[in-house]
Amino acid sequence: MKDENKEGIGGMANPGRYGIERIAYWLMRLTGLGLLGYFIAHIYETSSILQGKMGWDEFLELTQTTEGHLFLTLVIGMCVFHTVNGIRIMLGHGGVGVGKPGRPDYPYTPASQNARHKIGIYTAIVLAAIAMMYGMAVMFGE
Amino acid sequence: MAHVSDLAEEKTTSVLSSSKIVTLRIARYNPNVDSTTKFAEYKVPVEKWTTVLDVILDVKKHFDHSIAVRYSCRQATCGSCGMIINGRPRLACFTKVSELDSDVITVQPMHNFPIIRDLAVKFERLFESHQKIKPYIIREDTEPALDTRDILQTPEELEEFIQFSNCIKCGLCNSACPTMATDSSFVGPQALAQAYRYVADSRDNGKNSRLKIIDDSHGIWRCHFAGSCSQVCPKGVDPAMGIQLLRGYMLGFS
Ligand code: SF4
Ligand code: FES
Repeated sequence: MKDENKEGIGGMANPGRYGIERIAYWLMRLTGLGLLGYFIAHIYETSSILQGKMGWDEFLELTQTTEGHLFLTLVIGMCVFHTVNGIRIMLGHGGVGVGKPGRPDYPYTPASQNARHKIGIYTAIVLAAIAMMYGMAVMFGE
Repeated sequence: MAHVSDLAEEKTTSVLSSSKIVTLRIARYNPNVDSTTKFAEYKVPVEKWTTVLDVILDVKKHFDHSIAVRYSCRQATCGSCGMIINGRPRLACFTKVSELDSDVITVQPMHNFPIIRDLAVKFERLFESHQKIKPYIIREDTEPALDTRDILQTPEELEEFIQFSNCIKCGLCNSACPTMATDSSFVGPQALAQAYRYVADSRDNGKNSRLKIIDDSHGIWRCHFAGSCSQVCPKGVDPAMGIQLLRGYMLGFS
């Protein structure tokens, strides 16, 4: 790593230096990994049905605890952010909303890092927060 | 810690009229000798027009001529002086100390480039990737062979790619890229933006051969549109835009 002088995972994940777009990149990776982890845990959870009703109920009780509710709240947030930001990214990947080539003037504000995409990122964060709050209200309000 | 102003006989006019002293921290590392990077610190007088490259050259001239730094044009044209300045990839000749808003300037070699020594890095991989995408117009005929003698383009056709031809191959985009941070085989934002530059050129007929090269597991699909490349580009190339437009073209969006 030293020979290559690659910045490594630390540099890849460091969200502080390049604005909200890099934070969105980092959150996208993190939520992607989180949802993958949840997906595996979910398969494990549903497989408990093979142990009959008792096994299923026992496992389900885990999600009825405070920790279980907090975990599910996090899953809701990850899911909403990943979906909304994912739509933004997919459109961007298709060249939609990334601006038009032209003759840039100093100080060269990059057209691809435009307000449309920033609004998309903030929308993903706000919607995730609202969904988490709603989820908490439903789960803890029982 | 050493002071440039201690050396009376070496003082220049700008040093005498200096209004501010800053601390320059230079990363010192020789891969053949050192196991870790050490930082050497110097107190240097600066004016509001002093660039980071000026400060480094001041230190090199007055304290330690062994500091390795690459530069040439001093006007953001040759692309030689890219380095990490206070945590971000920047051109040293194009970054004024006054715009950094700090009394401490830390300079390090660009990330994602192997270090030769201190601030000088190897550009081989960048140039290889650049070469790989065939950075030239591909067509069967040549201008002299045509009746018209010129291959004409409308101003609108020119606008499609002219922005991307501003690239000076400084490598700042590759240094900021989060994919390059972990994948040394990734072709990188510099080369991908240049691929778009030629694909978007109406005179070019080599799209298929070029696209075959970047349609690779370490090619364009590794870009996740973090946009850091465009935020550090000192020439307004906006590689992230070029890459997304290129991908849009490959996916049939445009
Ligand atoms: S695209 Fe910009 S940052 Fe990248 S090499 Fe070219 S000029 Fe430098
Ligand atoms: S010295 Fe040429 S770009 Fe800085």
